[in-house]
Amino acid sequence: MAEKIEMPKLSDTMEEGVIAKWNVKEGDKVESGDVIAEVETDKATMEVEVFDAGTILKILVDEGDAVPLGGAMAIVGEEGEDITGLLEENGEKESGKEEQKKEKEAKKEKSESKGSSGDFDPILGDVNGKDSSSKTGGTSGTAPSTQSDENGRIKASPLARKMAEDKGIDLSSVSGSGPEGRIIKKDIEEYKESAGTVAAEAPSYASEESEEVKISQMRKAIARRLSESKFSSPHFYETIDIDMEAAMKARASLNEVSEVKISFNDIIVKACAHALRRHPDVNSSWMDDVIRRHGDVNVAVAVAIDEGLMTPVINHCDKKNLRQISSETRELAELARNRKLQPEQMEGSTFTISNLGMFGIEEFTAIINPPNACILAVGAIRDVPVVKNGEVVPGKRMKVTLSSDHRIVDGAKAAQFLNTVRQMLENPLSMLL
Amino acid sequence: MAELQFREAIREAIDEEMDRDERVFIMGEEVAEYNGAYKVTEGMLDKYGFRRVIDTPISELGFAGIGVGAAMNGLRPIVEFMTFNFAVLAADQIINHASKARYMLGGQLDIPIVFRGPNASAGQLGATHSVAYDSMYAQFPGMSVIYPSEPDDAKGLLKSAIRNNDTVLFMESEQMYGMKGEVSEEEDYIIPIGKAKVKREGDDVTIVASGKMYHIAKQAADQLEKDGVEAEIIDPRTIKPLDIETIIESVKKTNRCVIVDEAHPFGGLAAEAGFLIQRDAFDYLDAPVRRVTLPDVSAPFSKSLFDLWLPDAKQVIQAVNSVTYRG
Repeated sequence: MAEKIEMPKLSDTMEEGVIAKWNVKEGDKVESGDVIAEVETDKATMEVEVFDAGTILKILVDEGDAVPLGGAMAIVGEEGEDITGLLEENGEKESGKEEQKKEKEAKKEKSESKGSSGDFDPILGDVNGKDSSSKTGGTSGTAPSTQSDENGRIKASPLARKMAEDKGIDLSSVSGSGPEGRIIKKDIEEYKESAGTVAAEAPSYASEESEEVKISQMRKAIARRLSESKFSSPHFYETIDIDMEAAMKARASLNEVSEVKISFNDIIVKACAHALRRHPDVNSSWMDDVIRRHGDVNVAVAVAIDEGLMTPVINHCDKKNLRQISSETRELAELARNRKLQPEQMEGSTFTISNLGMFGIEEFTAIINPPNACILAVGAIRDVPVVKNGEVVPGKRMKVTLSSDHRIVDGAKAAQFLNTVRQMLENPLSMLL
Repeated sequence: MAELQFREAIREAIDEEMDRDERVFIMGEEVAEYNGAYKVTEGMLDKYGFRRVIDTPISELGFAGIGVGAAMNGLRPIVEFMTFNFAVLAADQIINHASKARYMLGGQLDIPIVFRGPNASAGQLGATHSVAYDSMYAQFPGMSVIYPSEPDDAKGLLKSAIRNNDTVLFMESEQMYGMKGEVSEEEDYIIPIGKAKVKREGDDVTIVASGKMYHIAKQAADQLEKDGVEAEIIDPRTIKPLDIETIIESVKKTNRCVIVDEAHPFGGLAAEAGFLIQRDAFDYLDAPVRRVTLPDVSAPFSKSLFDLWLPDAKQVIQAVNSVTYRG
């Protein structure tokens, strides 16, 4: 019997999935467990397997389109089976929705036009702006736009109508600046200018077309989460300048013996992990009724990919050595770039590091990655003149900025944490202790 | 040009016409011995004597009727009312006799009578002394209604009115009697009845106003000019017959119109002109015609309420802003 293939829940926060790619087409035979599609969730692109063996009878959604959780993606069944029932069920639902939507919009329009109908005051007559037209007359602030009423009639002054007719201008292409979008003389005159005269006289700068890009599931998730973070947690920022001379030497020596290349970021992750262990308040989350001090130190590392930003998590950072951290970071970053990270690889962080040093950014502030209490924004290592024993000598400095959620971490605590990070990086050997 | 007060311009018109045509005479309360309630007829008694400058008792219906009878018998009376607010007592003579006699008698008679006097409000005189009657009389066929705004128009139009062979209501505003203005010294200066005057030229909006309202419109136009709006002011001068052609011509140029009317809103000059504009200039309108009138409330006595009641320049500016979509 034919069955609908429904959009599965692929992550905890997922509300809908976008079909990134169909691996099958209508008429293909499938076995249970076959990957039939790749679905973009808010976190990753996941593979969707089919449960029932059979033939793909109908694909209901195009690539690039979104399907809500539980929504039908395709129909699988015996070849030649009658699926009109299933299709109708699906179609009816959809069209029902459409109707509701239309109704809603119509209602909205109605309520908007309400109250704008002119009323004649039997006592005051027309005095004091009681004319229907003047009520909204030229109120600044209302965006000029052409509006047509429910019957599709365009509001235009008789003069504007006549002028448009004489000039062969389609009123629906003119935006009105009068009350309730009424098209007036000025609009027709200006329309002529913009469409004709000006364009003819101006040197030919062909206007480039703007493009509207579909918002990806990931971009939506980023937008939502970061807004939530920025708007709900009171951020404050502290910046510290760190002498990286010793860290650079240490890294050079380490890389002589290590088979995996250790990056500055790995060293920073390690330093933070140690500091987090010593400052449990920073390794915490605001849970509304309690503050959760995390037992583990799990550091997320922000990775920029073309579609956005991912934060793979290196768990138990404080217990891992630099080599482990390095190879794990590389692996996760690679998965992130290929959009193969699994949701669990992005969950459970207790702290986040965002490093833009490789782009030459000296210092910046980052938005906290919820539910973390803090995020460390790491800048580039710069060559700077420093004063040592009364003499100006070349030095290496790196600025880091800690964004903290003031509900959990206070200024002094953030400062203490930063100082520990600095001590670690300025004396890399202390990380061995 | 000579600078004359409004009352002097009217007096000149009457004097010239009485001088020219001995059938012309003036009658009314206190026009003779007292030299006129508003001194319009000052010196007339001395010049023309009791037979042509006649004091009447306080009996509007009575002396209006005498006027109508005199006109029927070949004289050319000018009947002065102390105010048109009192002339309602004589409305039967004005409406039912003066204006209809020629029609009812198959054109056998001329009724060459002028009823004149102050119209509308003068200040704190209460509800019964403050009504503008020009629009009301304009409702009835058979008579002309004139409401000039400046001394020059008053003189030229009153001379026309006195020479007119039908009933003319010539309305003045008590507040305008002292108002000065240049008056033509042309011999036998006549302004035809039913001809509006473009008193100020402008491209942005047409303001129609006559009588006392012209001065309100002028104030508004002066202010609007500072804001960069050029208002054209048309003074119809004659409410009936109304020179709608001149108004339409202006509206075709400006595409917008505000009518200022000293009457109440229902069925007055503003309603009539507004209707005619949309009928004849529909395709030239860029905004609905607006009007500034009295509210549909009788005149209050209290000074502050009275000031609120009477149309003012602020209301005119507001209306202009709305028809020019300027907020």
